Amino acid sequence: MDALLSVAGLRKSFGSVEVLKGIDFSVKAGEKIALIGPSGSGKSTCLRCMNFLETPTAGEILLDGERIGMRNGRMMSDRQLAPQRAEMGMVFQLFNLWPHLTVTENVAIAARKVRGLAYKEARELALDMLAKVHMTHRADASPLELSGGQQQRVAIARALAQKPKLMLFDEPTSALDPELVCEVLNVIEELAGEGRTMLLVTHEIAFARDVADRVMFLDGGVIVEEGPASAVINTPREERTRSFLKQIRH
Amino acid sequence: MPDFETFRLVLEGLVAGLGVTVLVALSSLAIGLALGFALSLVREFTRTRAAHFAIDAYVELLRNIPALTHLFILYFGLASLGLRLSSIAAAILGLGLIGAAVTCDIFRAGFRSLPKGQVEAGLAVGLTPRQTIISILAPQAMRIALPGLGNYAVQLVKDTSVVSAIAAPEIMFFARSMVTSSFQTTLIYATAAGLYLLLSLPLMQCVRVLEAHYGKLKG
Repeated sequence: MDALLSVAGLRKSFGSVEVLKGIDFSVKAGEKIALIGPSGSGKSTCLRCMNFLETPTAGEILLDGERIGMRNGRMMSDRQLAPQRAEMGMVFQLFNLWPHLTVTENVAIAARKVRGLAYKEARELALDMLAKVHMTHRADASPLELSGGQQQRVAIARALAQKPKLMLFDEPTSALDPELVCEVLNVIEELAGEGRTMLLVTHEIAFARDVADRVMFLDGGVIVEEGPASAVINTPREERTRSFLKQIRH
Repeated sequence: MPDFETFRLVLEGLVAGLGVTVLVALSSLAIGLALGFALSLVREFTRTRAAHFAIDAYVELLRNIPALTHLFILYFGLASLGLRLSSIAAAILGLGLIGAAVTCDIFRAGFRSLPKGQVEAGLAVGLTPRQTIISILAPQAMRIALPGLGNYAVQLVKDTSVVSAIAAPEIMFFARSMVTSSFQTTLIYATAAGLYLLLSLPLMQCVRVLEAHYGKLKG
């Protein structure tokens, strides 16, 4: 009933180009939502607005009833935003691991600096999270020694270590070699099974159908169609959705 | 052919300046690094236009005036205004201020070479901008800056020779005064060159070792 995340009237322009033209949706706790759509449709921008990595031009985002990015009618600074961002775990297309830190340090650093955990506790937490993504065996490696799939799994562990209310995935497999996609999708699927709340931008249509509860199809900065995953993907109502899905499959 | 005794005397005379050369080099290096790093932070991570303009002007000015001219302004110019610096203090300050202009650019290039995703990932996990700079960006930028800083340090050791012009008693100061009294020009300057090599070659070697160590961290 109550939405964990609710988005209303979200708009975003880059210069004179309006990329998001009024997006409304809500996500219940435990729900998994997939955002699909052609490139340039605004789905990544939409996701990045959730934690204000992109500052929306207009609209309202509420996480657990708390307004994100605005306080008393004023835009919050990056410093003020930090605790709100900590509530959302984000997984990037290009992993964005920190190459000067080890795998474990990558996962532990936020726990230490943001939540103030002691070194040992943070390390234990990090190892737990690495176990979830099956990366314990590379705990002391440098991210640069890892394959793309392994890096992305570490990045997922880093986001999990925040104990986030919401996980944001921004095309987590788009930068991967085809043979590495599966290991990352498997990890995401396992997380989905734990009842986590997820917002996932993806080009993996079959995966979206299998894992997501609901699918939103974005095109031209608006949500063209949304509904239960299997319905939107197997029997789309809108012509634009149909032609997009046709292109994706062949 | 000068005999060994002459060489010994020359060497002794020049080594008297070695301490000041090292002192001037190390102190101005410290000032150059600290001030240059601070300026690069202000230039890259604040949005005050006036501060940006001031730093750009400072860097352009000091990089484009010869060190000697700059030293004369500090030493003789300030003295005529009533502020009298010792020659060593003027040398350290002068080379340090020039160094800051050089290292500011080197550090900035380091920060700028980092992909945008590095900051975004820092902010996304809930780090504040300051924490992101300290824990994520600065350590990486410094590693990238290392070769440039190493070259600057070696250049600085050599540049300390110009401070003999304001009578700071370093290697070249003694070399010149010995030449005027003994006329052993080649021997004295060759020995001076040897002393500079003795300082800069190990320094260069250190830089290479550090580079090799951190080079593998480049993403």
